[in-house]
Amino acid sequence: MKFLHLILANLSRKKLRTILTVGSFAVALFLFAFLAVVKGAFGRGADIAGADRLVIINRISIIQPLPLSYRDQILRIPGVKSVTHNNWFGGVYQDEKNFFPQFVIDPENQRQVMSELIVPDDQWQKFVADRQGAIVGARTAQRFGWKIGDRIPIKNVSYGTSGTWEFNLDGIYHSEHAGGDETQFWFQWDYFEERVPERFKGNTGWYVLRLNNPDDAPRVAKAIDDTFTNSSYETKTETESAFAAGWVKQFGNIELLILTIGSVVFFTLLLITGNTMAIAVRERVGELAVLKAIGFSDFSILVLVLAEALLIALFGGILGLGVAMLAVPVLGNALNGLLPELVLSPAILSLGLAAALLIGAAGGILPGVGAMRMRVVNALRRV
Amino acid sequence: MAIPVIYNLRSVRARWVSSIVAVLGIAGTVGVFVAMLSLANGFRATLVASGSKENAILMRAGATAEMMSGITLESIKIVQDDPAVARDSSGPLITSEVVVVAPFPLRATGTNANVQVRGVSSNVLTIRRNLRIVQGRMFQPGLSELVVGTNANKTYSGLTLGNTVDFGGGHWRVVGIFDAGGSAFDSEVWADARVLDDVYKRPTNIYQSATVHLTSPAALQQLKDSVSADPRLNLDVFREVDYYAKQSTAMTRLITVLGGLVAFVMAIGAVFGALNTMYSAVSERGREIATMRALGFGGPAVVFSFLIEALLIAFIGGVLGCLAVLRLNGHTTSTINWQTFSNLAFAFRITPGLLLSGMFFALVMGLIGGLLPAISAARRPIAVALREL
Repeated sequence: MKFLHLILANLSRKKLRTILTVGSFAVALFLFAFLAVVKGAFGRGADIAGADRLVIINRISIIQPLPLSYRDQILRIPGVKSVTHNNWFGGVYQDEKNFFPQFVIDPENQRQVMSELIVPDDQWQKFVADRQGAIVGARTAQRFGWKIGDRIPIKNVSYGTSGTWEFNLDGIYHSEHAGGDETQFWFQWDYFEERVPERFKGNTGWYVLRLNNPDDAPRVAKAIDDTFTNSSYETKTETESAFAAGWVKQFGNIELLILTIGSVVFFTLLLITGNTMAIAVRERVGELAVLKAIGFSDFSILVLVLAEALLIALFGGILGLGVAMLAVPVLGNALNGLLPELVLSPAILSLGLAAALLIGAAGGILPGVGAMRMRVVNALRRV
Repeated sequence: MAIPVIYNLRSVRARWVSSIVAVLGIAGTVGVFVAMLSLANGFRATLVASGSKENAILMRAGATAEMMSGITLESIKIVQDDPAVARDSSGPLITSEVVVVAPFPLRATGTNANVQVRGVSSNVLTIRRNLRIVQGRMFQPGLSELVVGTNANKTYSGLTLGNTVDFGGGHWRVVGIFDAGGSAFDSEVWADARVLDDVYKRPTNIYQSATVHLTSPAALQQLKDSVSADPRLNLDVFREVDYYAKQSTAMTRLITVLGGLVAFVMAIGAVFGALNTMYSAVSERGREIATMRALGFGGPAVVFSFLIEALLIAFIGGVLGCLAVLRLNGHTTSTINWQTFSNLAFAFRITPGLLLSGMFFALVMGLIGGLLPAISAARRPIAVALREL
């Protein structure tokens, strides 16, 4: 530590270069955080899915319906705690660009099954009593500036009804998990059935059920699918995380794309620091030789050079991650509706800082070893 | 008097390590920039290519995608007699269609992905003329037979000629493979609309969309007018190419915004790298520069010379970056198309225009990275610089 002063003096002798190198680090760490956040947003559904939840869809495909009469048969299967059914509505609020998912829900059981999506009790009571009531996620409410009590018109043509459906916003839900899905719009099953033509009645899009014991998942899933084999609506039951992961996989190779960009960035950065450190050492060969001549050990020369690289990495890392912390919420708003919520977690921050220090060390080690090995006589003779 | 360019060439070579670093920094940035844009480009091109100017698609009024539309047989019968709809010897050129999705295992991962299955009329090839059967034959009306797009054939296991697959509760035989010229149809599987309706237990005589071949591209307005004037019809009419172009906007915007941002931030990093290289070039050459100026080269000549050197580095970086991603051109990848809930294969599409903008981007980075160091080189007092060790 007693050489800290020397290291700082070295850093400030070419201020511009130090600033530029710190800047390169900051840029790379910002990108790292950003890419990690985007990757997390794509995969989040699978990460935070309830381990004790199963999703039942029509075996043919998600867009085929299931009969509502399955509900009682599902509840009879041992291990099932509660079950709710949802339907995809597919309406448009003002303009297609304003996409958010709307689900027709079963008000009796929704809260028991989706217990991590929290609605205050008074709002929920009001919703249950209101045929045209709706509950919306906090993020969607914020996006359109909706307040409780607002009347929300949604156009829908999917179910053979033309025209606008009016809803009263009775409540706003929040997710217990950071970055949980707060974009859904829920409304009452009764209101839906009242308006759609006969052929859509008595069907649901999918069931979600909660298990008594998460370890039971494979057995219960098989029991459900067996129950409905050879019926005209066969089912496919999987855990919520497998269901969510299936959607993510269909996005294509986002993960590979992000990893590729990330490695290009890191490789480039490594070169830049390595180069800067090499230049810094080359310029100071004479000085380092003097230090050695007056008794500094080879090892302490290595430490001096490495410490300089690490300090640069540390500053750059903190700067880049700091900017990312400020920028991520802004970007999240800009991409609202296109991507799930962006969350910069402490894990990403610490991983980023560790990566910065690692690169700093890797960039400093070659010039450091060079400086350690050089012979005093030769170095002093050089002009 | 200008300083000879050979001086810059040799100078780049003499400081090869730091030159290579700057070159690679710029190459990486340009590569990411071009790759992301070509991805967005390819996605859009695939969807746009699906539509034809000479076709119009009809859906229920207000519907923005086929999935949410519905159109009755009666409406179709009214529309097909419109004078704007082209006819051939067998009747009006109209295909009434239903779309559903069915899960098939991806060859690459073995996991299921949704494939769009389209039920079409048997005369569909006279309406979608950019499509042709390349292997096997067209399905027979009334039979459970499939023709599959070239991408669907390559992407999913089981969709091969002569194979039988089960989905939607039916057994289907693959009898043909069609090539739709790289459009979204290449990711689809087609069957007879009536058979598909039946197997999927959809209500009979309700289709999701109808596509007609127009007598001429200009006949669209005529068709729109007569459809909106007819009180029995509650339909929207779109030019097919516009309908598909619109489907691509959300995904294209996502890729462009993300890609643009990443490239922009990387550019800042690359400019820092170039600045570092050029500043150290200037500071190591203090005496050289002073000597040249003492010989009579003016300040502007020095600035110009250093700019040339920075631009040279940027140019090499740009070319390398473009060359590295050029290999991606035509490489097929796939993603989910949220408008159809199904998987859509598309290819990276690198156009000359895209490469040019990549090169331009590189040179801008070089200019920014070279200008300040060049000016500082020209400003150093000659006497002081010459005395330096």
